Amino acid sequence: MNLQDIWFILISILFIGFFFLEGFDFGVGLLLPFLGKTDSERRQIINTIGPHWDANEVWMITAGGAIFAAFPHWYATMFSGFYLALVAILFGLIIRGVAFEFRSKDANPAWRRTWDTAIFVGSLLAALLWGVAFGKIIEGVPVNAEMQFVGNFFDLLSPYALIAGLAAVGIFALQGAIFLSLKTEGTVRAKAERAAQVLWIPALVISIVLAVANYAYIDIFEKVGVNPGIMPITSAAALLTAIYFVRTKQFGWAFAALGGTIVLSLITYFWFLYPNVLVSSIDDAYNLTVNNASSSEYTLQVMSVVALIFVPVMLFYQGWSYWTFRKRVIADGHLEY
Amino acid sequence: MEALDLARLQFAATTVYHFFFVPLTLGLSILVAIMQTLWWRTDNPLYRRMAKFWGKLFIINFAMGVVTGIVQEFQFGMNWSEYSRFMGDIFGAPLAIEALVAFFLESTFLGVWIFGWDRLPRGVHTFAIWMVALGANVSALWILIANSFMQEPVGYVLRNGRAEMDNFWELITNPHVGVQFPHVLFSGVATAAFFVLGISAWHLLRKTEHQEFFQRSARMAAIYGAIGVVAVALVGHSQAQHMVEAQPMKMAAAEGLFESEDPAGLSLLTIGDWEQRNEVFSIRIPGALSFLSYNRFDGEVRGIHDLQAEYEETYGPGNYIPPVAFTYWNFRAMVGAGVLMGVIALYALYLQLRGRSLQPRWFLRALVFAIALPYIANTTGWLLTEVGRQPWIVFGLQRVEEAVSPNVTTGMIALSLVVFVAIYGALMVADVYLLAKFGRMGPTDEAPKEGPVEGAPDETEDAYQPADPVTAEA
Repeated sequence: MNLQDIWFILISILFIGFFFLEGFDFGVGLLLPFLGKTDSERRQIINTIGPHWDANEVWMITAGGAIFAAFPHWYATMFSGFYLALVAILFGLIIRGVAFEFRSKDANPAWRRTWDTAIFVGSLLAALLWGVAFGKIIEGVPVNAEMQFVGNFFDLLSPYALIAGLAAVGIFALQGAIFLSLKTEGTVRAKAERAAQVLWIPALVISIVLAVANYAYIDIFEKVGVNPGIMPITSAAALLTAIYFVRTKQFGWAFAALGGTIVLSLITYFWFLYPNVLVSSIDDAYNLTVNNASSSEYTLQVMSVVALIFVPVMLFYQGWSYWTFRKRVIADGHLEY
Repeated sequence: MEALDLARLQFAATTVYHFFFVPLTLGLSILVAIMQTLWWRTDNPLYRRMAKFWGKLFIINFAMGVVTGIVQEFQFGMNWSEYSRFMGDIFGAPLAIEALVAFFLESTFLGVWIFGWDRLPRGVHTFAIWMVALGANVSALWILIANSFMQEPVGYVLRNGRAEMDNFWELITNPHVGVQFPHVLFSGVATAAFFVLGISAWHLLRKTEHQEFFQRSARMAAIYGAIGVVAVALVGHSQAQHMVEAQPMKMAAAEGLFESEDPAGLSLLTIGDWEQRNEVFSIRIPGALSFLSYNRFDGEVRGIHDLQAEYEETYGPGNYIPPVAFTYWNFRAMVGAGVLMGVIALYALYLQLRGRSLQPRWFLRALVFAIALPYIANTTGWLLTEVGRQPWIVFGLQRVEEAVSPNVTTGMIALSLVVFVAIYGALMVADVYLLAKFGRMGPTDEAPKEGPVEGAPDETEDAYQPADPVTAEA
């Protein structure tokens, strides 16, 4: 295995970490207006992710930086090609991030409503459009022989990409409900548990649609035939297991199982994507791959050493922060910050 | 306007905006950490209130820095894809390291710090804010390592039409980093000091109920600010000397020096015919520019025309002159604001050392307005650094027009620029509103509490009431 492959795996891990963590994080944001009717309920909901949302988002920022460092052509082609979609993602992430810190700092109901809306809209935009972007990476976008994106914004809005985007929203909303069931008490907990009993239906439906779409729109069938292999099947099994545990109200297990679905789906995704990093819809010969998009051997060596030292350190203290705030957030507790 | 101009305008606007928040984050994180350490070690509740009050303003500012920083990371690929291809090895690496080493640290521990009051042991909680300060400042180090390469490329080879990293050690020990990073770090210290001094002065002027609190805050800030401005000036001097060596054109433009001079005079006021590139009128202190450049009163400082001729020989025909008037006036504004800050900070320190609190009302009033000075200096300083490097995006290696994304159209950039301007404008209003509100309100959390507390459902801190006075006192 060469360094390009290692960095492809490392970037995959960063994105998997991002979607695993932001899965419930975006999900909580999506459910905020529906489960939080009073101000105190909304604060309680936000506080479940309050200490963590920023560090969760850093997984994405690090993935972006790692793509820039390890695969500059991937970074350059994708970020310039997905220009308007990224503007919308940035818009979402900006209003969402500021909202977490600003919303409770003024008691005016209009002020709080504005920021609560920002959290919802920001979570929706980011979840949907990251799903769309990942759909397009594997489905293919018009990239020419010079590695330049030559399409326009509407090239990104294919049925397949939209299905992928909706699947992200559907799964994340369910994961958000499960997470809130685990992390809250009282009325919010009751509402979150009820929401989970409903949200598994759309999550399942869109997942089935996505599974079928994989055969219809991308070249999985040519690659592997009807049997997709152990990974996606395990992923589907994890989803069904998660739904079973939601139905039996064992939310801890449901969280683990649905988290497993997210992780396994993305492993499947990167498995099928490899060795490509961005598929060209014009000609397979123009695909960006781990080899033609990568930076120099020396840079990859340096970055590998840095990652080897600091990734474990980072995992340790981020894990510690989740351990520190493992208790449920209660409605009449100390909610300010 | 063409796509290139719009892309430049967008990058300039978003970068300047981002850098409104960064220096305060750098400096205030350290100051809050010092306050909290004092509380931890002395058990004096005043220091706890200081850490909480200034910490709250820090959080408001920090959030803005974080979200505008994401735009910066994405923008290199979005608008400057050819730069990203050319520089990925060298610019992407420090950026990725910044995220991995610094962003995770500051974001994780900021969450721990914000939510950890009264939940974590004091030592651990104090450790958290120090990690925030470390993360913030280490992140500045890595991004400046990346920027320094653009000013002064080192440790690379040109291969396959790209700049490839050749020596990581040379990249991170770039002499430019050695002057730029401390300059930014101490600018942050000075910015935080003036921020704290200004808000404290406002309360002292109004004779609000928190006199002792703000006298003590102002005393700390006066010491902190004096360290900041003195260090920033000393480092700035080294930086200017380095600039004469590494980027003489930037210095020539910053001084409006059209013809080489030996000894060179420091411009107090130069009016040029910028089109014809001639000096029309100038007042200069004889020999002073030579002194700034070489620590002696003679020595040649090269002028714009000589450098242009030299660069044409090295890089081929073209215009290698940055916008002279703009660079010149930004340099004047930065140094002018810096000198004023030096005078103010040292006078504040003098008052403190003489055992007098900050009394004279005219001085307190001046301190309130002086909050603007570091912002002027920081912004014009960056503009000088970046505009003075033009027409290069990477000095000597890549020009700005070669770096822009070829496939991003004028219409797309116009749209994104409108989006960013609108949202940044609205956020600035919200940010200033909150800073002013909490700055005026003063410290509110009076009683230090131990252990888990049962609070009122109302989540604002000022409305906090202990549900059970007995447990609250225990």
